[in-house]
Amino acid sequence: MFVARSIAADHKDLIHDVSFDFHGRRMATCSSDQSVKVWDKSESGDWHCTASWKTHSGSVWRVTWAHPEFGQVLASCSFDRTAAVWEEIVGESNDKLRGQSHWVKRTTLVDSRTSVTDVKFAPKHMGLMLATCSADGIVRIYEAPDVMNLSQWSLQHEISCKLSCSCISWNPSSSRAHSPMIAVGSDDSSPNAMAKVQIFEYNENTRKYAKAETLMTVTDPVHDIAFAPNLGRSFHILAIATKDVRIFTLKPVRKELTSSGGPTKFEIHIVAQFDNHNSQVWRVSWNITGTVLASSGDDGCVRLWKANYMDNWKCTGILKGNGSPVNGTSQLGNSNPSLSSNTPNLQNSLHGSSAGRKHS
Amino acid sequence: MEELDCEPAITWIPGVNSKKKQMCFDWGPGEMLLCETSFSKKVDTSEKVPSCPFIYIVRKDVDVYSQILRKLFNESHGIFIGLQRIEEELTGKSRKAQLVRVSKNYRSVIRACMEEMHQVAIAAKDPASGRQFSSQVSILSAMELIWNLCEILFIEVAPAGPLLLHLLDWVRLHVCEVDSLSADVLGSENPSKHESFWNLVTVLVLQGRLDEARQMLSKEADANPSCASMCRILGDLMRTMPILSPGNTQTLTELELKWQHWREECERHLQDSTFAASPRLEALCKIMLGDEATLLEHKELLSNWYHFLVTRLLYSNPTVKPIDLHFYAQSSLDMFLGGESSPEPLDNILMAAFEFDIHQVIKECSIALSNWWFVAHLTDLLDHCRLLQSHNLYFGSNMREFLLLEYASGLFAHHSLWQLGVDYFDYCPELGRVSLELHIERIPLNTEQKALKVLRICEQRQMTEQVRSICKILAMKAVRNNRLGSALSWSIRAKDAAFATLVSDRFLRDYCERGCFSDLDLIDNLGPAMMLSDRLTFLGKYREFHRLYGEKRFADAASLLLSLMTSQIAPRSFWMTLLTDALPLLEQKQVIFSSEQTYELMRCLEDLASGRPGCGELDAQRLQDDDIETTKVEMLRLALARNLARAIIREGSLEGS
Repeated sequence: MFVARSIAADHKDLIHDVSFDFHGRRMATCSSDQSVKVWDKSESGDWHCTASWKTHSGSVWRVTWAHPEFGQVLASCSFDRTAAVWEEIVGESNDKLRGQSHWVKRTTLVDSRTSVTDVKFAPKHMGLMLATCSADGIVRIYEAPDVMNLSQWSLQHEISCKLSCSCISWNPSSSRAHSPMIAVGSDDSSPNAMAKVQIFEYNENTRKYAKAETLMTVTDPVHDIAFAPNLGRSFHILAIATKDVRIFTLKPVRKELTSSGGPTKFEIHIVAQFDNHNSQVWRVSWNITGTVLASSGDDGCVRLWKANYMDNWKCTGILKGNGSPVNGTSQLGNSNPSLSSNTPNLQNSLHGSSAGRKHS
Repeated sequence: MEELDCEPAITWIPGVNSKKKQMCFDWGPGEMLLCETSFSKKVDTSEKVPSCPFIYIVRKDVDVYSQILRKLFNESHGIFIGLQRIEEELTGKSRKAQLVRVSKNYRSVIRACMEEMHQVAIAAKDPASGRQFSSQVSILSAMELIWNLCEILFIEVAPAGPLLLHLLDWVRLHVCEVDSLSADVLGSENPSKHESFWNLVTVLVLQGRLDEARQMLSKEADANPSCASMCRILGDLMRTMPILSPGNTQTLTELELKWQHWREECERHLQDSTFAASPRLEALCKIMLGDEATLLEHKELLSNWYHFLVTRLLYSNPTVKPIDLHFYAQSSLDMFLGGESSPEPLDNILMAAFEFDIHQVIKECSIALSNWWFVAHLTDLLDHCRLLQSHNLYFGSNMREFLLLEYASGLFAHHSLWQLGVDYFDYCPELGRVSLELHIERIPLNTEQKALKVLRICEQRQMTEQVRSICKILAMKAVRNNRLGSALSWSIRAKDAAFATLVSDRFLRDYCERGCFSDLDLIDNLGPAMMLSDRLTFLGKYREFHRLYGEKRFADAASLLLSLMTSQIAPRSFWMTLLTDALPLLEQKQVIFSSEQTYELMRCLEDLASGRPGCGELDAQRLQDDDIETTKVEMLRLALARNLARAIIREGSLEGS
């Protein structure tokens, strides 16, 4: 991998989240300076900040884009106990010339009594829906029934997780074989708190979300959780950021064997566990095909994990900083000459052993 | 097969101090976002401002962005498609010949790319980029070297005899200093006195180019009469060395016999010290006898162990069998390195090839090269040679697909190369389609042209959900930018009835506000698409009404207007407008609406006037509107009554005519 571009972030405080839009041509950043910035990529590949505005009265923890089928919509959540939904308004022509756009708040979701730690939009086939989770242990699912009127959101479900929640992940699978499913992680550090990862499934009959599984083997605080995109598999893959990186598979047990009407039962297997970060793992996220998992840890590194064609998971890359000073220009970091091998000691060795080469 | 455990590649992010801070990130379709942050709750408040003020975009396949390689990708794409379409029925020799041709095509594309890059390297303005290009050239050269060997061993499957000839060609092609050296020496005034003369002769012998070597020797004989006879004798030996030439009908055994004879003759000359007076000539004779020690003395000229291997084989075992190759290869490598250095990745790859361990070759190449292009295409070709299955590893075909998927995914990160990627996905039976679905949705639709291209690709493959989604995204974008015509056509293409209704409503609202339609062309030419939603049908028909009126086809316009109301297609909120539109028709000189039609209109009007639902507007506004509405209703009642009267009279009196 190589650093293709560097963009001056210009936030006045710590950045907590960065988020690409669906097509990778816009991005949003949110910060402890209580603002969100939106950046647009121009035709030439340069990034410009096209909006920057105060969104909350506390640190903004996460920012996320809705699917572009719903237009240009963002959601943010904050320490100030609220989550908000923002929509971009097509501006005046002189705004466009100046390269600025306006975002207006469509709704504030104020139901939480504590810091809202995560906000995620549901898969697009479920309509315009989002879930939030809070330190008060409740996951709330909201829906906007009219996608042309984003100021109307109704609280559809409140799921009590009994433990302070830190992260949620929707199962992106749109297969009719799977009911909507959401996984919730908890970073509650009290030793009695057992269910650090809970999975809830929507039941068509009761029209409610019911708990389907608890991953009992995860006993340490969970900081992030992510379902992998489904490439047509019959089972689900879930990645967990806890004191290490863990990848689980959940195979639905056939419904005839369980009482119909109840939530699906799953066979849970752990397919990988990595402690290479040697410290707390804070974030996990899958690439768009679900073939590579990235994790970020307390060791200041981002690691990439990939399964080879024999389904063995390995670390295939590390991104880290050595604190060297930044020289301010858009630099190509450490681009290796194209086609060369990845690690320095293999670099020019493709010439093969030749006469007279001596090695230590 | 052991998993090679190599260290993962490290990418350094400037400015971030991993000892103190952490990084947050996000995946994009082709890139990754990275930024410094701090996750632990105990944030050091004194360090409010982030120490690294940058957000980074990180990418995987740097090669995809190189201009010159683009041609490589494009042309190899064509070869790939051609290969997939090769008839399965072709077997035996013709199939093999075709596969060899494909392999040669790939190699010539690599060489063309190498040549171009070489030119760029020479012309480079600054030394750093010149070096970079040169290093890319050498990597391409290595790739072609490996591919060529794979072609000889796996695709051509050269048997003993021709095997050596192929290997000789292989070496000659890749150790090409000979030609420039030859030009140098021959171009000089006194070739045999040139300082590199003997080097040239030796190299020619090492490469088995004995005719040329003999010519050199004759020059030496001319210039130096004292060794003329020695040169002649050596030259004769060179001339008479038995080799297998293509089309030669002798069997291997015959060749072996002749060759042994010839060897004995060379041996005899050495014993008789024929060349004792010229150590150089003697060394040449020893080389021709395959004397390893002498060969190794010329390491510099051999330049690498596989040259040493081939020369060794040429002069000590020219009828070597493929299965015996690896013995010679391993010992050649060991002898050449002489314990002073260890094998490099390229050496390992070549060795794996000599051992006919295809999977090892592919694996080592995957690790050594940072781009999937090479392994993906080579593996695909070898799979077509049915070599992966024959190695009896269940993941044979999966490996081909795995590599192709990797390569194609990388292409999708590029704004135009993604189109090549589509075809690669097409030929991955297991996961190609779903991978394509996931990738193609993410292509940014900056221009209408690009959007249409993407849609065409999806439609060709019946990816209906992707078509719907893409059209929806474009329709939504159009609506938000108030480009209703565009929004409508995208909704129609998406077959999204709900959205079509929404956009039609906007059109109608626009009409009410401005008194005219936008995008008339579109609405006029809806055709069968009009049926998508009731509201859309109404929009189309309503516009048709206006057209008919404009063409003064009043009777038709009148019937249409009436049918719009009676067939319930018109939304109730629009009835008033429709009735108001009827007014000019009612006040024409001639009677247009028949009495029956007039009764219908009256019924509609009364229906509307009586069941007026509250629209939730402010009371004051409603009262005011009601005033206007009441006046309108009165006017209509009057006009309708008058028309009814005239209609009755006309119908009554026209009975006869």
